[in-house]
Amino acid sequence: MAEKKKRLALVASKGSLDQAYSPLILATTAAAMGWEVAIFFTFFGFDIINKKRMNALKVSPIGNPAMPEPIPAVPMKVPNFIGTIPGMTHVATAFMKSWMGRANLPSIPEFVDMAKEMGVRLIACAMTLGVMGVDEKDLVEGVELAGATAFLDFAADADVTLYI
Amino acid sequence: MSAEFAVEKTVDYKGLFCPMPIVKLAGAIKEIEVGQVLEMLADDPGSKADMQAWARQTGHELLDMKEEGGVFKFYVRRTS
Repeated sequence: MAEKKKRLALVASKGSLDQAYSPLILATTAAAMGWEVAIFFTFFGFDIINKKRMNALKVSPIGNPAMPEPIPAVPMKVPNFIGTIPGMTHVATAFMKSWMGRANLPSIPEFVDMAKEMGVRLIACAMTLGVMGVDEKDLVEGVELAGATAFLDFAADADVTLYI
Repeated sequence: MSAEFAVEKTVDYKGLFCPMPIVKLAGAIKEIEVGQVLEMLADDPGSKADMQAWARQTGHELLDMKEEGGVFKFYVRRTS
């Protein structure tokens, strides 16, 4: 194994269900290779480590041309105006959760726990805490509160840095 | 790649997709001693490329891999 550990610095800025998975997948994979990893949760990405919201991340069918056809045999996507009907975000989210379940992928809270157990540093943007009016008590245990300076200090020595 | 080696432990990750096989493997490799060989089964089509990358990154030695009917078998020697 290399003398100096490789380092991955991630920014998680999105709070929709699909985009919450990417940083958690990359972080746990890097940790599984023995890398040092930190994720900086900022803006809507903050929901991923907010105990009150992490269970309820959603994916919207509106303006999402990649959303698969609801009936595989019928090659028709859900039109955007259907997506505006109340409840459709819930339906799209249920679909996505069922795909994730079929692939035996952990839920977002399970993924956050797994990342923590693997030594991934979870850094909560202190500014977002204030702007979004989040109570510090609602953050997942073990999350560090810091600002952009602390994240950049970690990222300055990173081998891979990604903004998601 | 047809070296002789004894398998110490087998783990079955069929039905799991990225990143779970690698995440679980990182734990399983610690359950054998340095020098021993772990057999891992997987059917994630990405696992062939991922296992080679994981071995390169961790330094553990990928001794052999086989494919039978869509199931991959990997043999990894723990090196550290």
